[in-house]
Order: sequence, then C-alpha cells, then structure tokens
Amino acid sequence: MTTPSPEDVHTPMLTDGDEFRIPTYKLLQQDGTLYEGAEAPHLERDKALRMYQAMVFTRVLDERMLAAQRQGRLSFYMQCTGEEAAVIGSAAALDDADVIMAQYREQGALAYRGFTTDEFMNQLFGNELDYGKGRQMPVHYGSTRLNYVTISSPLATQIPQAVGYAYGQKLAGDGHCTITYFGEGAASEGDFHAALNMAAVHKVPVIFLCRNNGYAISTPTIEQFAAEGVAPRAFGYRMHVIRVDGNDILAVYEATRVARRMAVEDNRPVLIEAMTYRLAGHSSSDDPSSYRSKKEEEAWREKDPLLRMQRWLTDKGWWSEDDEKRLQESMRREVLDTMKRAEKRPPPPLESLVTDVYDEVTPALAEQLDQLKAHIRKYPDAYPKSASQVTGGD
Amino acid sequence: MARMNMLQAINHALDTAMAADERVLCFGEDVGVFGGVFRATSNLQQKYGKARCFNTPLVEQGIIGFANGLAAQGSIPVAEIQFADYIFPAFDQIVNESAKYRYRSGNLFNVGGLTIRAPYGGGIAGGHYHSQSPEAYFAHTPGLKVVVPRNAHQAKGLLLGAIRDDNPVVFFEPKRLYRASVGDVPESDYQLPLGEAEVVKEGSDITLVAWGAQIEVVEQAVEMAEKERVSCEVIDLRTILPWDVETVANSVLKTGRLLVSHEAPLTGGFGAEVAATIQARCFLYLESPIARVTGLDTPFPLALEKEYMPDHLKVYEAIKASVEF
Repeated sequence: MTTPSPEDVHTPMLTDGDEFRIPTYKLLQQDGTLYEGAEAPHLERDKALRMYQAMVFTRVLDERMLAAQRQGRLSFYMQCTGEEAAVIGSAAALDDADVIMAQYREQGALAYRGFTTDEFMNQLFGNELDYGKGRQMPVHYGSTRLNYVTISSPLATQIPQAVGYAYGQKLAGDGHCTITYFGEGAASEGDFHAALNMAAVHKVPVIFLCRNNGYAISTPTIEQFAAEGVAPRAFGYRMHVIRVDGNDILAVYEATRVARRMAVEDNRPVLIEAMTYRLAGHSSSDDPSSYRSKKEEEAWREKDPLLRMQRWLTDKGWWSEDDEKRLQESMRREVLDTMKRAEKRPPPPLESLVTDVYDEVTPALAEQLDQLKAHIRKYPDAYPKSASQVTGGD
Repeated sequence: MARMNMLQAINHALDTAMAADERVLCFGEDVGVFGGVFRATSNLQQKYGKARCFNTPLVEQGIIGFANGLAAQGSIPVAEIQFADYIFPAFDQIVNESAKYRYRSGNLFNVGGLTIRAPYGGGIAGGHYHSQSPEAYFAHTPGLKVVVPRNAHQAKGLLLGAIRDDNPVVFFEPKRLYRASVGDVPESDYQLPLGEAEVVKEGSDITLVAWGAQIEVVEQAVEMAEKERVSCEVIDLRTILPWDVETVANSVLKTGRLLVSHEAPLTGGFGAEVAATIQARCFLYLESPIARVTGLDTPFPLALEKEYMPDHLKVYEAIKASVEF
C-alpha cells in the first residue's frame, strides 16, 4: 500500500495550513435573538427548561460551594462558571445512556443528567454516602446510574480511554457513543494526540469536546499553542471537526447533535472546539488577578451564557422574571440545606481504606487494617474521624 | 542569613543558579509570569527574561524530553513538574532517556545538567493525585540521582548541589513544608553534597532513618521517646539514590536498632532497600527486627488521610516495640 500523495511538484512547496480557516458556528446572540439566517434547533419546551435549570443549578452550586470553601467548610472547589453552555448544551444533545468521560469542570453535565443535590454534596464532603468513599478531592464525581465515569485528576488520561470505551460500544452495537471533555491545556498532553489518532484509525463513535476556555491555570492559549485553536489538529488525523461559540447553548447543542449522529450512525469520531472562557479561577486555590486583567474578565461576563439562554427562553414565552426568582431561591435553599446535612454525616468507615484496592481485600491489607485499628484504639483522641468505629467494640 | 520558608529558599537557589550561570533555564507549567502554582519560580521571568524562564505547554513528557535535549546540548535545565503525582507521563523520558543517555552512548552524550523539581507528599488534603511520594520508582533507576530536602536551609543547598551535579537529578520537594518550614538560610551561594546523609541528632539506643517531610514527624516521635529515656539517633538520608550506606550502617553498628519511615506505601518502598542492605551489613549487631513505619499499601486516601499517614504516634509505637523487643 502506498500513501495517496498530492500532485507532485518540482520546487519546494511548504504549507502552514493557514489556507484552512475553521469558522465558528453561532446561533444565539447575547440579547437572546438569533443571528440573521440562523435557525434554532428543534427543542421542546420541557427539554429547553431542563437545560436551563441545569445551568442555573450549576451556577448556584458553584457560587455556594466556593463560598463554603472560603468559610473553611470545604477543602477545595472548582467552578464551571462561564462554561455552562458548552457543557450542558453538549450533554443535552446526547442520549442519557451515552457515556461521559469528563475532565473535572463538567458538573453541569451531571446536573443535567439528574445527579441529585445530595449526591453532589456527599462527594464534596467525602462522607459515608459518597460513591467514591471519600477517597478523592471534591468535584471528582462519578455515577454508574448516569453513565458518568469517575473523574481522575491527571489531565487528558480520560481522552484515549473514551476512545477505547467507544470502540467497545461499537462492537457491542448498542447504538451509543462516548463523549470526552477536556480543556485546551489538556489537549497538549500526549494522550490527546494518541486518542485522536486511534479514534480516526479505528473509526470509533466518540466525540471529543474541547472546552477552549482561554487558560490552563495561568497559562493563556497563546503560550499553549501556536496554531489558531485546537480544532485544526483534527485535519492531521483526518477527523471531522466543528468549532462552536461555547457560550451559545443552542449552537453547542446542535453541533453536538450532528456530531453524535456521525458518531453512532457512521462510526466517525468528531472533534468539537467550544470557544468559551473560564470566568472563575482554575480552582479555589487560584487567584487569576496575578495573570489576567479585570477588564478581560468583564468583557467575557458580558457574554454570560446563562443570561443569553434566559433571554431566548423569555422571548419564546417559556420563562419569566418570576420563574427566575423562584428557581434561584429554591435552588439556593436546597443547596444550603443539603450542604448542612452532608457535612454532618460521618466519614466513610475505616475499612474503606483497604477495600477496592483489589477486587478483594488481600491478607496483607487485612493485617495492615488490623494493626491500624489496634493503634487507633490506643490513641483514640488523635483520630477523631474513626475512633468511635474501633472503640465501641467492633 | 535571612529568615526564609522553603519556597523562598528554593526560589533563592534558582535565582542564585541563574545569576551564576546563564546556561541555567527554568521552565514548566505556569512557572513564567505566575511563578508556578506554589510560586517557587516567582520573579525569575521578570529578572532573567522569557527565554530563560518560561511557561511550557501542558505536557509532562514534552517538558522532560525538551529538558533532555537541552541538557544534551549543554544547557542546564531545571524543569518543574507541577506535582510529583503528574510526573508519570514523563516516566519514559526520565527512566529510559535521562537515566541512560550517558551509559548507552559510551559517554559520548549525557544529560548531566538536568534537574527535575517536583513537589511531593501528603498532609494537604490532596487525595490520590496531589499527595504521592514516588521516590522509590525513581530509586529503582540507575543513572538518576534522587534528592529530598527536609527544610529551607537544606532545600537551597541541595538544590544548588543538584543543579551543579553532572548527573540527572530528580528533586522532590516536600510541599507540606513549603511555607511551614521556616529557618535561617544563607543568602550566599552554598551547596550541600549529594549522596551524603546527615546525622540530624545523635543517640545510642535506636537509629531512625527518614527523608523530607518525614524527618519532622520522626523528630516529634523522638521527643516522646526521649521522655522515656530512649536515646534516638536521627538520620536524614537527603539523597535516596545513590544513598549513603556508610552513615546508616555506622549508626546501626552503634545502636543495634533501625527504624525507617516514609509516607509512600510499605511494599517496595525505599525503606525495604535500606532494611535489606543494613541487615546484611549489621546482621550480628541487630538487637531487634528492622522496623518500617510507612503509608498503607493502598492509593493515597482523602477523608481518612490522617489514619493513613505514618504519623509521630505510629513512629513512637514502633520505637517502643523495637527497644522492648
């Protein structure tokens, strides 16, 4: 087999790819009206409201939890603020049985799928009801019920895993696909490149959704890549790509809907680059004021994806100021009440230290646990989280 | 002398190295204008320019591959990996490249100028991926040096020693102590030797070996033990590879007892290497089994981090068990 080559030339002809310009797909303007010539995707009222409510919930959750972190009630937090449309618009275009492999800033997708406030809080506080058994930092959610694979902090590791998962879905013929989310910074990792290549070579039903939010912690995109965005990389792997206004939930929804159809019907992977902005710090440990200007942030606040969708819903007569006030208030109350419940719950049992390392607790681990219990019995005051579990007689 | 915390001491070491030799470069994720997520590289870009201190794209294998190339060319790269937990994409570049560059080329080429800095260790509610102590993986790789400082003064001297050592060095910084460890640090240019342990405290009943943040924990346990008239000798290994067998062996010949403590899991931890070597060297002098006080053989937890950690109480109990054996 020989690789098909372009026409031969006999003088050096270099190309930098600049002849390929990838446009940005946009439907909704900030005032809530459609661009001229743009057509809104078909969305039922209930679905549109489900999407919007997930956006508001995510915003409220993020505001409250960052405040809780500042009050010392929570060790750490990461906000999705500014990127709600990119995450929720794409999640809404999937079947709820499609699998999500996210990075860590995609709580909106979980909210859309119906992760309950209790489920969020139990993970955030790492209590006895946390599915992850209090082993990971806050925001590392996972849910089998909602087909959301548990978050891992190392960047980009989920991207080739999504390709493998989706290849399995293709073989199973279940008509489902996998979407993987990541930032434009994570797209610099080797795992990203490996994943795109394997997906294209093996014709895998996977959607790569890059949240190009402008920053990898402090590093701006201009120091992350010389190219114009992440999207052009798809060409190198012969993969379809679409760039979309990430603050435009209608455009994100429609782009993902089209991508999903290509993925599940034709086994063609698609890269989506959602252009957005991380309005918050990287995490509760970060202070963006040392690497970017308030003016820049303000310019993006003007493009708030929530307000944009709210205006569209209002124009359609599906939403009112009263609805907004009621929703905000009830969600705030729910988040606060649930938080109070979750933070009072005890931590996972001491045994959870050694379970799940393997499918069964090995004899060596059982012995280490026994030694630990004996030690805690001797110094109960030093281990307040677990002392009552071992002193009250097992 | 100036009062400095460990971050300031590290920053001071980098500043000193860059001022003394223009071949020294500092780079990694967010190390440029931001000065690194812990601010260890603060003001270096402002002082030495973007060509010598800069942000890299977010790609650890790229950072270390790039650093290997720079070192082969004759520059002196000091590459930062943001957390030791994130060093593994670069494992191939470190283990197969950095460590073997000299050997495989018959010393035609080497990357001796390379230093890799990475914050390691627990105690900061960091869960699986902001807490690990991966020194044993690298200690299993001939050709590398692995160094871990215990306080601000040690950090500056050892880092300058690492940067100027003509071998690739992995330099793990105990991030729990970054701001907590404050001490007098010379403002002058000084180096501490690699490959040499330090007897931090002399004693006669038992030898306690540790490194990095664990030294502080061991010292707390020693305080408890000495109230019960157990005389403890504390040794900071400082360099994990190649490690100072003589200093430890001489101490154990004197005390007859050894305890090694590290945060990393028990099985395959570097404590196992110390124990095996010392039992061979000091077999007839040992009065009790060599003790290891370490993390559990599990991934690093979060909610039960305190229970997981080899804290001073666990070390104290192990000291008692050893002397009462």
